[in-house]
Amino acid sequence: MVPTNYYVILSAILFGLGVFAFIFKRNVITIFMSIELMLNAVNLAFVAFSQALGKLDGQVFVLFVIVVAAAEAAVGLGIIILIARNRQTLNVERVDLLKL
Amino acid sequence: MPEQPMLQYLWIVPLLPLLGSAINGLFGSKWPNKYVSAVAITSTGLSFLCALEAVREFVIDRHGELFHREFFTWITAGNFRAGFDLQMDQLTVVMLLVVTGVGWLIHIYSTGYMAHEGGYYRFFSYLNLFMFFMLILVLAANYVLLFVGWEGVGLSSYLLIGFWFLKKSASDAGKKAFIVNRIGDFGFMLGMFLLFRAFHTLDFQTLFDAQHAAGWAVEPFGQFGTLTIAGLLLFMGATGKSAQLPLYVWLPDAMEGPTPVSALIHAATMVTAGVYVVARSHLLFTHSGTALVVVGTVGCATAFFAATIGLVQTDIKKVLAYSTVSQLGYMFLACGVGAFTAGIFHLMTHAFFKALLFLAAGSVIHAMGGEQEMPKMGGLRSKIKWTYATMFIATLAIAGIPPLAGFFSKDAILHAAYVREGGRHPLYFVGLLTALLTAFYMFRLIFLTFNGKPRYDEHKVHVHESPWSMLSPLVVLAILSAIGGLLAAPALLGIGPDYFANFLAPVFGGALEAAGAATEAATHQLEWILAGVAFGTALIGFAVAYWLYLRNPRKPDDLAKSMKPVYTTLLNKYYVDELYAALVVRPLLWLSTNVFWKAVDVGGIDGTVNGVAHGTAAIGDGVRHSQSGNTRSYAVWVVAGAIVVLAVIFFWPGAGKTILGLVR
Repeated sequence: MVPTNYYVILSAILFGLGVFAFIFKRNVITIFMSIELMLNAVNLAFVAFSQALGKLDGQVFVLFVIVVAAAEAAVGLGIIILIARNRQTLNVERVDLLKL
Repeated sequence: MPEQPMLQYLWIVPLLPLLGSAINGLFGSKWPNKYVSAVAITSTGLSFLCALEAVREFVIDRHGELFHREFFTWITAGNFRAGFDLQMDQLTVVMLLVVTGVGWLIHIYSTGYMAHEGGYYRFFSYLNLFMFFMLILVLAANYVLLFVGWEGVGLSSYLLIGFWFLKKSASDAGKKAFIVNRIGDFGFMLGMFLLFRAFHTLDFQTLFDAQHAAGWAVEPFGQFGTLTIAGLLLFMGATGKSAQLPLYVWLPDAMEGPTPVSALIHAATMVTAGVYVVARSHLLFTHSGTALVVVGTVGCATAFFAATIGLVQTDIKKVLAYSTVSQLGYMFLACGVGAFTAGIFHLMTHAFFKALLFLAAGSVIHAMGGEQEMPKMGGLRSKIKWTYATMFIATLAIAGIPPLAGFFSKDAILHAAYVREGGRHPLYFVGLLTALLTAFYMFRLIFLTFNGKPRYDEHKVHVHESPWSMLSPLVVLAILSAIGGLLAAPALLGIGPDYFANFLAPVFGGALEAAGAATEAATHQLEWILAGVAFGTALIGFAVAYWLYLRNPRKPDDLAKSMKPVYTTLLNKYYVDELYAALVVRPLLWLSTNVFWKAVDVGGIDGTVNGVAHGTAAIGDGVRHSQSGNTRSYAVWVVAGAIVVLAVIFFWPGAGKTILGLVR
């Protein structure tokens, strides 16, 4: 059996990748995908701990996270399409109308 | 039906004017004048009737035995109790009848006098409010309730002096009256505190109980014990309310108010409250040599001082105002020699003739279409006969011509001053000189106003007699001024007792012995001599005024020119207002403007508030740059925050638990 540590380390690596992509990428769709990556990294950790502790709580959480992620995907993609239509760009640097 | 129903429901007496005030104040603005005056006259008239019934029950049913009842408790704290307690004794009877009776007459007069003025309902609402507070003052059975009335009449006085508040001089005069009285009230309150500290009660009945007071040691002149200091502090309040030196300056200015107000508040009732308080606390004063001397001296000095100013004033109401100050001085002079009965007697007669003088002066002003300067009057005698006749009676009364009221009361005071003082009689002689001045300036007023040739433009001013609503109170007061003194007449003639003194004896009975005043064997002969001297003095005053203002009308101007320094000093009222302005008002104004306003308020208080606001704005201005609008920079902040939290949890032992504990 694969030790829990491995799952947790993999989850941390995936989460870190998500964070880096979120910060450094300019394309809105890429940023959106990096958020999904972070969510799934957390899901992995949940499932790993659930397995290690022999409790189902973690897996229940994962189901909730997947549902939220699906909802987020629907809303998020809608927003992205609107941005693309109105601004003719997906570069997040140029979507800065709220700046003081 | 309980026994003595009116006494058991004594609170009705003050409540009626309060109701009248409330009704007129709340609804009067939309009513025609006759409803407003009906409410005002009915409420005070009923109050007068109730007072009469209460007095009847007190004198006949109770045979003059002190009535005291606690209606409800107002304040209790520890062993301190202040209640809505009313009482009635002989002193209250005199005050009660004067206040309600004269007050009612003046209400009737006002309906005529104020008929063409704006704010009719407001005037009567204030006037009724004054009646309420004045009745509380005279009926109160403890110092605290008395103080409520005391402050309330001050408030009404302020409202009524500033009745024509669009006129700056009127609103200034109102403020001056209020502020000057505040100084006196400060002393009055300290006096109350001291009395409570020493005796643990402020009820008159307990405080001035004969047995209680019997334990008090008389403090000779120069010794400052509790009684002396308490007496002097109360007297300080009295100097403010009753316009004595050095706080008299507000009363002449108070003439800015409507004339009925001057008659009711600033002549007949409110200003006598100080005398009433001194008389009510007479046991304090009779147990203190110093306090008595101070009261007598201040009263005597005020009487003389104000009379000299009154000699040269040209405004008819100003003359009467200084005359009031002077007569109040007489009352304090009486109290100061321990003759409280004489002081209260003069209070009563003065209420009659001075109210009459003011009302008649108001009638003159009414006839002249608002003119108050005597040099612009003259020759009014034949045109306003009723006013002239009543005012002449009042003048005879105040000048001390027998057998009118003022003669008996003034004679009682001078007699007491002569007898009680012993030795060289300085108070008596100054009092006598003041009587001379009084007769002179009053006849000067009459001659200038009513005699000689008209000095006004007869084509512009249509002199007309006042309506009967104004004249009938004049007639009633004239009758009272004429016969009000006869209560004391039998004693002078030697055919009976002094009824007034006998009536008040239960209140002041113990006062005379306690004063330690060795009553010289005041022979009847001495009384006659003194009365004759007083009468002679009044005649001299009359003769001088007659000679100067009727026989040689040019002479006064020549005299004024030849004695220019004296004349201008008197005309400018000894420059007392200017002196106070330089010594008190301007330094205070400077201190308030430059220190309290500009330094403390603007610099300190506003500075702190504004400083905090500016600091917050500056911090916000610095921090707002983090709001870049760049989504990814926000992400960096989120991550940085998360890293800080994680770092704290990892590297600070116990921090994790603390934070989780806070969250939970």
